[in-house]
Amino acid sequence: MSAPPDIEGLAAPPRSNGELVFAEPWESRAFGMAVTLYEAGTFTWPQFQTALIARIAVWEAGAAHGEPYNYYRLWLAALEDVLAGLGAVATDEVTTRAQALARRPRGHDRRNHPDDQDHAH
Amino acid sequence: MTTTGPEDNLPVALRTEALEQLLTELGLIEPQVMNGIIAKYETSVGPLNGAKVVARAWTDPGYRRRLLDDGTAAIKELGFSGQQGEHIVVVENTATVHNVVVCTLCSCYPWPVLGLPPSWYKDPAYRARMVREPRTVLSEMGLDLADDVQITVRDSTSEVRWLVLPERPAGTEQLSEEELVPLVTRDAMVGVAKAGAP
Repeated sequence: MSAPPDIEGLAAPPRSNGELVFAEPWESRAFGMAVTLYEAGTFTWPQFQTALIARIAVWEAGAAHGEPYNYYRLWLAALEDVLAGLGAVATDEVTTRAQALARRPRGHDRRNHPDDQDHAH
Repeated sequence: MTTTGPEDNLPVALRTEALEQLLTELGLIEPQVMNGIIAKYETSVGPLNGAKVVARAWTDPGYRRRLLDDGTAAIKELGFSGQQGEHIVVVENTATVHNVVVCTLCSCYPWPVLGLPPSWYKDPAYRARMVREPRTVLSEMGLDLADDVQITVRDSTSEVRWLVLPERPAGTEQLSEEELVPLVTRDAMVGVAKAGAP
């Protein structure tokens, strides 16, 4: 476009419409879960939005803690809050499952990875 | 509030995966449905929709009036509707009045016409500073407005999602509706830029 190149650097606010919607794959999953559950009627959007606003407010109140702002991280936390409040999924269940996933053996998702010792060649 | 979620040391990607597994096992989400929703917002719902709305308003005075009277209904005329599009109010920028949109509490945004918000729109600094010092923030984002231009900051909420109808650029009188569409950027419809020159 007509903008001079010196304001198009990495620090410049994005000016084009070409920015990626999600920075990382998990963000798209967190987004998708909330919208899917809303469309299925598990909760109303105001319920979710109230939880999101609360999570953002907590982050902003403690902004000195140095943790970088991550919108979809707060989005996921809000989703967990709503689901826990409904009695659908307890927070501890998520933690337990995530810990189990963390213990998965290396290479579980890299079927053709050369380090995968399970392959009998 | 319980100390869970992002406060523990598990990578957030793992928590996300764990939650998706649990919800799928409970039958609360169907992965196919969810994949379709994600794909929709990644590929087909975006600012091009809003650009078509603006270009129509620039070329059709009757549509422009309907758009300013009832944004949601006029936008639906062009086939764009859905979540976060229920209460869209359109405000017009002119040579003397400049509207700019923010959501101070979270990141409300008119998804059907603009897609999902860019990262700067969600940023705490943008949300806090645009209300306090809009002229400075706009200038930092590359939009210098004359001192006599009145700036109105519009705070989106669940009740109202604002969309800016940018001023039609000078010298575009001969352009068709289709030719005008590419001039309408997302940033112009949020009010942090003007529509582009042809």
